[in-house]
Amino acid sequence: MAATLKPYLTAVRHSLTAAMCLQDFPSQVVERHNKPEVEICSSKELVLTPIVVSRNEREKVLIEPSINSVRVSIAVKQADEIERILCHKFTRFMMRRAESFIILRRKPIEGYDISFLITNFHTEQMYKHKLVDFVISFMEEIDKEISEMKLAVNARARTCAEEFLKRF
Amino acid sequence: MPESYTFGASLASITCHAWNKDRSQIAISPNNHEIHIYSRDGSDWKLADILNQHDLRVMGIDWAKNTNRIVSCAADRNAYVWTQGDDGKWKPTLVLLRINRAATCVKWSPAENKFAVGSGARLISVCYFESENDWWVSKHIKKPIRSTVTSLDWHPNNVLLVAGSTDYKVRIFSAFIKDIEEPPSPTPWGNRKPLGQMMVEFRNSQSSGGGWINNVSFSSDGNKVCWVGHDSCVNIADANNGNTVIRCRTGYLPFLSCEWVSPTSVVVAGYSCVPLIYSLTSDNKLVLSGKLDKSQKRESSGITAMRKFQSMDRNMRTENTDTVMDSLHQNAITSVRLYDGDKASAAKVSTSGVDGQLVIWNVEEGSLNGGMRNLQI
Repeated sequence: MAATLKPYLTAVRHSLTAAMCLQDFPSQVVERHNKPEVEICSSKELVLTPIVVSRNEREKVLIEPSINSVRVSIAVKQADEIERILCHKFTRFMMRRAESFIILRRKPIEGYDISFLITNFHTEQMYKHKLVDFVISFMEEIDKEISEMKLAVNARARTCAEEFLKRF
Repeated sequence: MPESYTFGASLASITCHAWNKDRSQIAISPNNHEIHIYSRDGSDWKLADILNQHDLRVMGIDWAKNTNRIVSCAADRNAYVWTQGDDGKWKPTLVLLRINRAATCVKWSPAENKFAVGSGARLISVCYFESENDWWVSKHIKKPIRSTVTSLDWHPNNVLLVAGSTDYKVRIFSAFIKDIEEPPSPTPWGNRKPLGQMMVEFRNSQSSGGGWINNVSFSSDGNKVCWVGHDSCVNIADANNGNTVIRCRTGYLPFLSCEWVSPTSVVVAGYSCVPLIYSLTSDNKLVLSGKLDKSQKRESSGITAMRKFQSMDRNMRTENTDTVMDSLHQNAITSVRLYDGDKASAAKVSTSGVDGQLVIWNVEEGSLNGGMRNLQI
């Protein structure tokens, strides 16, 4: 584990724990509605100041808390073209199946690769500390997944090239 | 030892709860449109009745001790007053709240002749029974509330009302209704009487920000008001001391509920899942004086060193199996109520939370002094 990863994840974990203090809040603009305020932004006093936790200029997390929902957007490390393509394919695969991931948002926030939308209904059904754990382990996993895929792609390319060059 | 109960098999979170006079029955809302009345049966609880009239999530319940009436309000903009018939069943009476947003909180006045409903329509409805028309009517307090009213509490003189709202402010209003009551005697908060007159306004923070007000409470003599906000602070304002605000910043997650348990101490609870006692010292400082949750950190029995290294080897990380939290409540505590005693001296309080548990705590056991008293040299 790289030296900067641990403090980065710890900072994200503490910020998420504090941001995920959500309560039920019926809309004060439209009657009989109950919508995530961070998406609607109907009243500015209900949305808190967003925070960015960043490890370097490419890897960062944006946390936008509000009274009944929090939006967590993650920018994944993309060092080169292959990583960019892999990351795009990977997040697109998941976001197309967003309802099976429950807290995943169908579209990422601009400038980020993947977004989660956690509402008070999620924190009522699930343990809050496990939700935080999920986001943190997701961040650990996605880096690992992408570098593994990159290695696999490179290995395959090398074998293909070898097979091809045997002919000459 | 704290007693912990769950109701029914669903384990749905408890939005709010209210006790009857002798604490033999409890009204809870299992996070939907229903209100369940349970009556105590030894160490168990029996479902006595289901009040099924609201059609959206119930937001507040209050049980009038002496007149034995329940008032409930919900996100469907309605409030009902429930009275018990001779057969033990509860009958609803609709209250004309005249609001067009969700009703968020409700409280009976100490004399139980009126109640107040806070709402998302940025107003408070003060409701009373009009006998000539035989229905509950309401009068509105509108100005200067700028956002949803989240919590209310009545002054013991049956007239003043404190309200906390999501516009970061706590306000004390007069809720005097001249049709049904005699003019009150002056209080340290001021003596202007008409309905809707704002006595005092407190900002949750003098500098910027401060957070939403989650709960407010008048002390037993009505001269102090305590509030908790989303900035994890516990605040007490004292009318006898020129409305000075005593603030205590805490290291815990924000609190959702507060309740006085003695003239100088309050129980607060919230997202940290543990109820805490804060007390005023003689030099007007607010300090943490006790923790009600004495649960110890659980021994992680299942995981051995070998398993730990195995999982490190396989998954490249230590397996995180600690689903159970160290506290008794497993999720945020949403309401604190007095179980035994009153605001001047409470012996037991009850808390309910998102995890669907109701826990009755002994206040004396929790305070640090109480624990010290048992020590002998």
